[in-house]
Amino acid sequence: MTTYQAAGSEPLLKVQNLVKHFPINRGIIFQRQVGAVKAVDDVTFNVYPGETLGLVGESGSGKSTTGRTVLQLYRPTGGQVLFEGTDLAQLRGDALRKMRRNVQMVFQDPYASLNPRMTIGDIISEPIRVHNLRQGKAVRERVNELLELVGLNPAFANRYPHEFSGGQRQRVGIARALAVEPKLIICDEPISALDVSIQAQVINLLQDLQEQLKLTYLFIAHDLSMIRHMCQRVAVMYKGKIVELAETDELYNNPIHPYTKVLLSAVPIPDPDIERTRQHLIMDPNFDYTEKDSRMVEVSPGHFVAASRV
Amino acid sequence: MGVLMEVKDLTVRFDTQDGVVQAVNGVSYTLREGEILGVVGESGSGKSVHVLSMLRLIPTPPGRIEKGQVLFEGSDLLSMPNDELRKVRGGQIGMIFQDPMTSLNPVLTIGRQITEVLTLHMNMNQKEADDRATELLEMVGIPDARRRLRDYPHQFSGGMRQRVMIAIGLACNPKLLIADEPTTALDVTIQAQIIDLVRRLQEKLGMAIIWITHDLGVVAGLADTLQVMYAGRIVERGPVREVFKDTRHAYTLGLLNSLPRADQKRGTRLVQIGGMPPDLTQPIIGDPFAPRNPYATERCWKEAPPLLPVPDGHPEHLAAAWYDLRTAKKSREFGEKVVQP
Repeated sequence: MTTYQAAGSEPLLKVQNLVKHFPINRGIIFQRQVGAVKAVDDVTFNVYPGETLGLVGESGSGKSTTGRTVLQLYRPTGGQVLFEGTDLAQLRGDALRKMRRNVQMVFQDPYASLNPRMTIGDIISEPIRVHNLRQGKAVRERVNELLELVGLNPAFANRYPHEFSGGQRQRVGIARALAVEPKLIICDEPISALDVSIQAQVINLLQDLQEQLKLTYLFIAHDLSMIRHMCQRVAVMYKGKIVELAETDELYNNPIHPYTKVLLSAVPIPDPDIERTRQHLIMDPNFDYTEKDSRMVEVSPGHFVAASRV
Repeated sequence: MGVLMEVKDLTVRFDTQDGVVQAVNGVSYTLREGEILGVVGESGSGKSVHVLSMLRLIPTPPGRIEKGQVLFEGSDLLSMPNDELRKVRGGQIGMIFQDPMTSLNPVLTIGRQITEVLTLHMNMNQKEADDRATELLEMVGIPDARRRLRDYPHQFSGGMRQRVMIAIGLACNPKLLIADEPTTALDVTIQAQIIDLVRRLQEKLGMAIIWITHDLGVVAGLADTLQVMYAGRIVERGPVREVFKDTRHAYTLGLLNSLPRADQKRGTRLVQIGGMPPDLTQPIIGDPFAPRNPYATERCWKEAPPLLPVPDGHPEHLAAAWYDLRTAKKSREFGEKVVQP
């Protein structure tokens, strides 16, 4: 997947043959490993500066694990995560912490990801202090600036998370991620816990910030219509592997992998005239869409599909 | 088609530490036999609570049904004695809930949980009930049904568990199936399977369905009638195509516009509804959507709009709005700053 380059630039993030297995242990005192969940199983993709790459798949497909493994929240079982040429998987301690300034994450659940005992101001200033980005009064000023950037009143800095709605909390989560001036933000289902009328607010904010701060996003979601709206390129994951990766319009108009076809067909279209007349492909619950011993084949420039070697 | 159920002025309150939550405020509508009603709204809109209240399934206290009637085939569910109501629930009215993981009992076999309904409501003996349970599991597309009756819920996947829930919901040939966000916890491909299944079952068995969801796409494909709820009120209601194509309430329009569309250029901003839903512990004067509504007129701030047939529209298309969205849309674009008095 290295032949394609968006806008001819060098990738910001190169994920190569990434593998993450979780051990399955048996026994109470004498534990032994009896198997492994192959959550991420040989995943390769690039993220180019300024783009939004969508990672879409069902629960259990390994999309969130991929995001967390890129950030080294989980240590990979194998493979490389090259950020501007440095392999994050090889870094430890201080060196890793320094690199994490460049890659931040916005989490799914704005209710669980903010410490309820910290004020909004403390939550946002913590990464600034950890990375020694500002001192003294400048920290508070920076917090106020960040709150304004995400559309919150700076006067909220002394309040606690429970005083805010889901959409506002997600704004706090975004401000916290932005505090260290990252280049890449991994958005792990940033809107799926929010109400429909609030989702658009957060999506618009993410797009405005991308333009303003020249951010790059790895956007993980299961909502295919929101992925289509947000992303220049989309990778479809199924059972720990990427089965198809292409530019967004190409993927939605010309899906090739049978799983991608089923997934796209399953998305209900909010228009009764279209939704009632179109053909629905219904997934066979007993069918396995994985190809044996597959590799990625470039079927047209930038459009990759997993195909069997045999 | 005849009238199956009539909801009249249903009003529900919750007494909480923060005050009295006005969860449902005078909801009235009629459900016909065999009609599929899609109820759409956000959390706090009263879409689930009003249905749970109809079956007296809300915890009391803190909840209480302040007033209203729910006439199911002529008898009022809200004033009926408990033992009679129990015969209706699970009998003539089947239910499916959001989370198939928690609504099945983990220590009982699937077969036991299906046959329980049958022996209770249909006076079947164990043999008849087993046969009927097998038939039901086959109907909802679970392979090897007779053997799987002996399995426990954890041996089924999420989608399969929701199929079991549907089998239980339909066990006694209900006239009404209430589905409260039945596919929200499921993956989109599984959701498509379940919707396809429900649509086929409805054609075959002819029951009415109340399908509660926040997904307008699901409603577009499934429902005959769409009912949009906000702040415990019905704000718009009508034949699904009318509500989608001839939208008359600003909230419905906002919901439709906030969805990303396939024909939209990427990078364009989504049209967002500003602000937040109202705090239902506070008294609401006027139209509850007025503070977020760019089309709000002066009257919206003072007086609550009644739910009335829309001008020059389908006779069954109702909206609660003082403004005429058709003329208002021309004069102002959605998303502009809201002017507060």
